Amino acid sequence: MNLFCVGLSHHTANVETRERFAGGTGAECTLRAGGCAEVLVLATCNRVEVYGASEKRVSTDEIAQCLLQSAGVSDREHTAAPPFYRYEAERCVEHLFRVASGLDSMVVGETEILGQTKKAYQSARASGAIGPWLHRLFQRAFRVAKQVRTHTEITRGSVSVGSVAVDLAQKIFGELSNCRVLVLGAGETSERTARALVSRGVSDLRVSNRSNHRAQELAQRVDGQAVDFDEWSRQCREIDILITSTSSEIPLLTPVNLGPMLADRIDRPLFIIDIAVPRDVDPAVNEMEGVYLYDIDALRSVAEQSLAVRRQQVASAEAIIGEHVADFLEKVSCELKRASGIAGHPQVADRSLRASQL
Amino acid sequence: MDRIFLIISTICFLAAVVRTGVALRAGVFRPGRFNFLAIGLGFVFQTAFLSVRGHELGRCPLTNLFEVFIFLAWSVALIYMLVGPAYRLSLMGAFTAPLVVVLQGFALMAPIDVRHPVKLPANPSLEFHASVSLIAYGAFALACIAGVMYLVQERQLKTHHLRSIFYHLPPLTDLFAAITGLLWWGFVLYTVGIASGFFTGRPLPRVQVVAAIGVWLLYAAILQGRHLRRIAPKRVAALCIIGFSVALTLLWGITFSAQTHSVP
Repeated sequence: MNLFCVGLSHHTANVETRERFAGGTGAECTLRAGGCAEVLVLATCNRVEVYGASEKRVSTDEIAQCLLQSAGVSDREHTAAPPFYRYEAERCVEHLFRVASGLDSMVVGETEILGQTKKAYQSARASGAIGPWLHRLFQRAFRVAKQVRTHTEITRGSVSVGSVAVDLAQKIFGELSNCRVLVLGAGETSERTARALVSRGVSDLRVSNRSNHRAQELAQRVDGQAVDFDEWSRQCREIDILITSTSSEIPLLTPVNLGPMLADRIDRPLFIIDIAVPRDVDPAVNEMEGVYLYDIDALRSVAEQSLAVRRQQVASAEAIIGEHVADFLEKVSCELKRASGIAGHPQVADRSLRASQL
Repeated sequence: MDRIFLIISTICFLAAVVRTGVALRAGVFRPGRFNFLAIGLGFVFQTAFLSVRGHELGRCPLTNLFEVFIFLAWSVALIYMLVGPAYRLSLMGAFTAPLVVVLQGFALMAPIDVRHPVKLPANPSLEFHASVSLIAYGAFALACIAGVMYLVQERQLKTHHLRSIFYHLPPLTDLFAAITGLLWWGFVLYTVGIASGFFTGRPLPRVQVVAAIGVWLLYAAILQGRHLRRIAPKRVAALCIIGFSVALTLLWGITFSAQTHSVP
């Protein structure tokens, strides 16, 4: 039985190429008709991969043709040779374990890929496209991904500005449902950050902008409440989180004007996310007691720290994957030997044999 | 024989400290079940020690500085076991274990386990006063530990330099709630302890009374400042550390100079 993976990913192909091969719902049926005994198509925004098990070798071109056919793309549109990679046997197993663990992702350690892989597996299983080989392979991949996540820091921290801001807010306030948020300036990044906060439970969201019309528009989009721009400093006495991104040339908040606002809220921290350039908040504000100021550079720096930690963890994750690849191949090899009646000769279980058996 | 229990207990706490240290060095710190189990086991052996010693003495084992230190370490572990899960402060174990190791390690190594030449008769009122006061010290110790955790977390948030431990420490507001809760528990217990001291049926040494009231006033001032919102959370956290250091020093001084609790 040949176990293989043929695919395109963000490493090898641009989004246009990936889109072309992303395939339709019938890709697995087409591939089975093309000679694959078992097949699973993993199509995400960053990759299109076909995992298969077949008695005879199915060429990469044949698989590409099947994908094009199921996507409804004519062969003529497909002129340049697609940058497909192909992994067989041991390398296929290793590649899937890396993919499921987020090591092959654009953002190392992201966990969305595991959910997407599980979904692809469930869909293929429901359609009867996978059999015992891929079933075992994917079940093991899910176990590996879980172990990598538990035993390393590969998924630690956030790596985008919006999610870093939300994580920090949670580390200050814990539960965000009781937090009051003021969005000052109706920019795109502040909207994204506000949305991220709403998704984590924030319900009291106020929006203030020089143009009241834009404030109302944004408030409507994020299910908040528009506040007059003249009112924002008064609001600072009540709120817990301030997201600011105005186009003001001078700092709106300084220790001098923030001091009186904080006087009657000594036991409540204030988290300020300043995404404006030039900055809306004087950096000296961060020195004030109970105030945590993060500008765009600070948020990016935290995201980069997280990413650096994730990269450092790759070696540990690879070690876990390596162990599982060896163990998986060993088990498969034993089963094959049992099936062919040579179980009493363990000395033949070398890696090349296992790979060829696969 | 009883010291064997104490040595095993110290090794259990030390195991938690070593594991935390190794994990922090590797940058993959995550509070797991190990710390809780190690501390739990350490607590069992502490209790065994106190039980054996108590049976031997025929009274609460608080007759010398050595026993006071062990009882204090036991109180710290007891409060941690009660409070840690309630406040979801699993990481507190990583901070609690070193304190217990220091207390027990010092008690084991220093020549302070001086037995009284005559067996002291039991005095339930005095034993109640001493044990409740020491359990209150356990709560103050935990408030001090939560204060350290608060300051560590606060510092990282201020400097924007987030280490591995940042992701495992509880949010600032949760830590502050834990500090406040522990301070109140400690304060109430300490008040009961001090009040019961006046009903022991024997004259109270002036130095002890002054020291005990001094500690009581210090914690009363922290709680009052917190209640009136006059002291910022960061300062409350720092004061918890200072307060416990002062209280511990006074406890040492009082017990060392007088060994009063052991006198019937």
